[in-house]
Amino acid sequence: MIHSLFLINSSGDIFLEKHWKSVVSRSVCDYFFEAQERATEAENVPPVIPTPHHYLLSVYRHKIFFVAVIQTEVPPLFVIEFLHRVVDTFQDYFGVCSEPVIKDNVVVVYEVLEEMLDNGFPLATESNILKELIKPPTILRTVVNTITGSTNVGDQLPTGQLSVVPWRRTGVKYTNNEAYFDVIEEIDAIIDKSGSTITAEIQGVIDACVKLTGMPDLTLSFMNPRLLDDVSFHPCVRFKRWESERILSFIPPDGNFRLLSYHVSAQNLVAIPVYVKHNISFRDSSSLGRFEITVGPKQTMGKTIEGVIVTSQMPKGVLNMSLTPSQGTHTFDPVTKMLSWDVGKINPQKLPSLKGTMSLQAGASKPDENPTINLQFKIQQLAISGLKVNRLDMYGEKYKPFKGIKYMTKAGKFQVRT
Amino acid sequence: MTVGKDVSALFPDVVNCMQTDNLELKKLVYLYLMNYAKSQPDMAIMAVNTFVKDCEDPNPLIRALAVRTMGCIRVDKITEYLCEPLRKCLKDEDPYVRKTAAVCVAKLHDINAQLVEDQGFLDTLKDLISDSNPMVVANAVAALSEIAESHPSSNLLDLNPQSINKLLTALNECTEWGQIFILDCLANYTPKDDREAQSICERVTPRLSHANSAVVLSAVKVLMKFMEMLSKDLDYYGTLLKKLAPPLVTLLSAEPELQYVALRNINLIVQKRPEILKHEMKVFFVKYNDPIYVKLEKLDIMIRLASQANIAQVLAELKEYATEVDVDFVRKAVRAIGRCAIKVEQSAERCVSTLLDLIQTKVNYVVQEAIVVIKDIFRKYPNKYESVIATLCENLDSLDEPEARAAMIWIVGEYAERIDNADELLESFLEGFHDESTQVQLQLLTAIVKLFLKKPTETQELVQQVLSLATQDSDNPDLRDRGYIYWRLLSTDPVAAKEVVLAEKPLISEETDLIEPTLLDELICYIGTLASVYHKPPSAFVEGGRGVVHKSLPPRTASSESTESPETAPAGAPSGEQPDVIPTQGDLLGDLLNLDLGPPVSGPPLATTSVQMGAVDLLGGGLDSLIGGPNFVAPPAAAVPANLGASMGSGLSDLFDLTSGVGTLSGSYVVPKAVWLPAMKAKGLEISGTFTRQVGSISMDLQLTNKALQVMTDFAIQFNRNSFGLAPAAPLQVHAPLSPNQTVEISLPLNTVGSVMKMEPLNNLQVAVKNNIDVFYFSTLYPLHILFVEDGKMDRQMFLATWKDIPNENEAQFQIRDCPLNAEAVSSRLQGSNIFTVAKRNVEAQDMLYQSLKLTNGIWVLAELRIQPGNPSFTVRLPAPALPALGCLLPCAGQPLLPSLLPRAGVSLMGALAQLGWGPSEPDVNEHQNSEPSFQLSPIRLPR
Repeated sequence: MIHSLFLINSSGDIFLEKHWKSVVSRSVCDYFFEAQERATEAENVPPVIPTPHHYLLSVYRHKIFFVAVIQTEVPPLFVIEFLHRVVDTFQDYFGVCSEPVIKDNVVVVYEVLEEMLDNGFPLATESNILKELIKPPTILRTVVNTITGSTNVGDQLPTGQLSVVPWRRTGVKYTNNEAYFDVIEEIDAIIDKSGSTITAEIQGVIDACVKLTGMPDLTLSFMNPRLLDDVSFHPCVRFKRWESERILSFIPPDGNFRLLSYHVSAQNLVAIPVYVKHNISFRDSSSLGRFEITVGPKQTMGKTIEGVIVTSQMPKGVLNMSLTPSQGTHTFDPVTKMLSWDVGKINPQKLPSLKGTMSLQAGASKPDENPTINLQFKIQQLAISGLKVNRLDMYGEKYKPFKGIKYMTKAGKFQVRT
Repeated sequence: MTVGKDVSALFPDVVNCMQTDNLELKKLVYLYLMNYAKSQPDMAIMAVNTFVKDCEDPNPLIRALAVRTMGCIRVDKITEYLCEPLRKCLKDEDPYVRKTAAVCVAKLHDINAQLVEDQGFLDTLKDLISDSNPMVVANAVAALSEIAESHPSSNLLDLNPQSINKLLTALNECTEWGQIFILDCLANYTPKDDREAQSICERVTPRLSHANSAVVLSAVKVLMKFMEMLSKDLDYYGTLLKKLAPPLVTLLSAEPELQYVALRNINLIVQKRPEILKHEMKVFFVKYNDPIYVKLEKLDIMIRLASQANIAQVLAELKEYATEVDVDFVRKAVRAIGRCAIKVEQSAERCVSTLLDLIQTKVNYVVQEAIVVIKDIFRKYPNKYESVIATLCENLDSLDEPEARAAMIWIVGEYAERIDNADELLESFLEGFHDESTQVQLQLLTAIVKLFLKKPTETQELVQQVLSLATQDSDNPDLRDRGYIYWRLLSTDPVAAKEVVLAEKPLISEETDLIEPTLLDELICYIGTLASVYHKPPSAFVEGGRGVVHKSLPPRTASSESTESPETAPAGAPSGEQPDVIPTQGDLLGDLLNLDLGPPVSGPPLATTSVQMGAVDLLGGGLDSLIGGPNFVAPPAAAVPANLGASMGSGLSDLFDLTSGVGTLSGSYVVPKAVWLPAMKAKGLEISGTFTRQVGSISMDLQLTNKALQVMTDFAIQFNRNSFGLAPAAPLQVHAPLSPNQTVEISLPLNTVGSVMKMEPLNNLQVAVKNNIDVFYFSTLYPLHILFVEDGKMDRQMFLATWKDIPNENEAQFQIRDCPLNAEAVSSRLQGSNIFTVAKRNVEAQDMLYQSLKLTNGIWVLAELRIQPGNPSFTVRLPAPALPALGCLLPCAGQPLLPSLLPRAGVSLMGALAQLGWGPSEPDVNEHQNSEPSFQLSPIRLPR
């Protein structure tokens, strides 16, 4: 199982280490540094690195490498999933997961890690249970703790771990009983030069924030459940009921959790809500190139597209760009060659565009590669797949909760080739 | 935690704080103990008492914490004190404590395995598998799995249908991590029939919808493994196939690190069951900001999934990738286009034109990669796309990588007759011959020789130049040797040279990078593990010392077995042959030889035992592992030496030496007597002799000559153990004393009931002869045909059936030249040596003789003899395990002794026979080819 964990920042310093079994020397990370050096970018460091006696499995998130050391044959996905869980937990506890924050809360970090694994076996990874064992730091609690000398370690047995619903603690009480569900869909798409879709798929999630007293039993039904043929559920969802009736029936965890994630595959037709017109031309033996992009709405079901950001990695030969946007702001970093255009809202009457020239390296031949345009956007109150929640019912408790549902569509990895 | 500072000096003070009610303080003290107990073992004892006390605490959280921490203190002295509290905790009323204690057993086992076994914790742990709480079950399984890993032989996780049921129930209720442990454990179980497999599959399938990707992949492993047992006709089988695709696709939308592991596994799954993902090509399309390791894996899977239906899409994508920034990725994309062309024949033309487009971009590395793959396309589809050569030649100057240069030179050489200025092109490469890499030099040499053979008139100078460059000015032995070979070929026999150099080349295979089927099956059992990431079995990389149990897919139930192979083959990516080739051969041999694998009998063995031992022996050491009874002691397998073949060959080729007048028509062929023991070495005794076989009895004809000055008496003879158990059937009878210069002829009857030991060469016989002067040792090689028994005529039907069962690879073929006899004469002569004609027929003016022979140890040899006037060719097929390297072995084996021994026969039959019989278990045959027939007599006890 998992032997040790090293946290390494992007400059290659090990700033935290934790061992669940015997101590593994830091020098094992040298193999990781070697691989890091070989990889041109941090993202490209291979996730599985063999060393003579150990295996290093790493994830890279928030500019920190989480490197797990294992010694025996362990399912690598198990380790990588766990590492992601560690990251999520840190984020949950401290709001952000970054080197300074981890260093500031080093005691809590150790306590949490100690609770998450025992001898390399996962112990408590549910944020609900962890928070009961070790209370997350808040300003108020820090002040109180300093004055009274009390601690943020709970002295209760995490009862949830034993019950049949390990994800929910008992004795939850709220004055305002509320349950919010966010249906968030991300479109991953590759659009080719001519504007036709090469592949498009939707990754959807339903995130919930449930603050209900007692042991509520919820059911959630959909208008069009057949869209959901590829789903992953939170353990609380009763799978049998879903299989037979296509209804989500569950006792929810307390607080924020992801109820389900789903995937609408490329085989179904996916509506693409936005289009990009582009005209990027380099000419041989000319030091100027033309650049023009226009973004427009398409299949938005009448909703506005907001938060549009266009980014593009320009070829190395581009020295600078002089561009004028019809709206929003743009930047071009001549070192990284990254062009970024913050468009904002798209007004269908007046389509935003970015026009201008690129100055190229004099005398150099035209670049081999064409820049790919990366698009970010948001559409409120729309689930692009057409998924709609029909109703939410609560059983088992007497009070009447406040229910809310929100839809949102976002761009995931949305790429336009030029 | 202490920022690297050593705070072990505070140990006593910290231990004092242990008895506190403050939970956080207690935890921190525990944490401190875990880190520093090892450096202060004596002080750590002080903590024991508190632990024992804490294990009795009313609060289960404290009890669990105490037992958990105890296990982490890796101090031997302490572990003994832990047993009692641990035992209590394993039976604790609170499941939280029990599950913590279960893990603690694994910890303790890591520190002191013997202690755990002695204390009976393993049994307690096994009992926990039937615990009422699913989490306890999961942890018990996890702990047992970890312990089992260091004890591969122990049967810790002995699963039966009841425990499986328990596990499946727990599976639904425990945490995600517990599900992984349970699923991995389930994967090791082999259901007794397909119904049980199906019911397990049904209960595992819901796990495919789990949010944790590790759970999903472990479930996929269980399903992939148990699917093997389901009949393909079952509706359920199809449903299962459909259910497997979506979760695999979903894995690809996770973080890149998860994607990477998932892709490595999908790569295996796609090779095993291409039908699962055949419609999901698009999800493998590469996004430009994927990390490089994900991109390369996706590319690989794209090629595996490429088929006629989707090739257009794939090619368009690949072409797009070829214009990306990352050089490694671009190169691989270009290669991928070539692989598509080779894989999907219909797309070859489109691929070639795509490649040409890419060459037009003039991007240096793209052009070079394109040329390398075009070379492969030429090798797959010769004489089809030569029109592109002109375009290729335009880019000659821009090639700077050896592989691309070598590929280009190969193309020029191969199609020299169609390239007008081929000589100029090659000459331009020749200028910097010494600066080129070896790869290019070798190609250049071959290409110029090809050119010369195609256009001899204009290129004489060029070829001379390259030959002298290669042979005289080069230090590289490979290059020099190749140069000499060409030179000699060209100077002695230009026709032969043409045949060799311009021979038709085999087409390259469709996919060379597929994982070998047996390995693939093993890897399927390891889905989701590190082995699946490396595509290597765990035995290849897991640290030594720990034996690794090989896992294999469960066999399909009998009813569907026969439908298996034809169905997998055409399903897309060719999964190659079924992996059960070797077992069948074992069966075949078992049937043929009716092996009785009893232990070797000491003392005078029964005739049958000895014969069968010999059979086993002849088949080589590898066989015992296939059919190996535990009590069967195989003789140490030795490698096949080269001259074995030659010497054995002498026997048989002599059989065919049909014009020779020595042999009598009625009886077996007799080798002329040879001197075995020269007088010089034996104090005046000269022994020459030969072996004969007459009417079923073998005898050794000896001629003893006394060349000393004194009288010789008291002769005795003994054989060392040998391959076929040859032994004297009677003592050596020399009736009168042998006076000086007297010669006596003796015929010593032999039998084959002696003890058996594999010799090197196979037909080596070590003999000790004693007389009143001294004991003398010599060794001789007996001709194998004396061992051909009289009942070696196989029944026609059986012959036919056996012949069919022998795979083609086991066939050896060679020719005997200048044999003037016709079929009848050959047949009758062979019969004289107990090689029987089973059938005869006439095909296209050729006489075909089907021969069988049987050795004294019961091994059958089958042969086909094709006689054409002036050129009879002999085909031998043998019921023996495959020997792939046979072709290359034959000439080597024959060479050294051939000129003297075999004036006519080209290659030796018995050489081949012997190779086949012994060879397969020794892949390193080549290593031993040059070893001298080393000859050490082990002591022989002689009757005094």
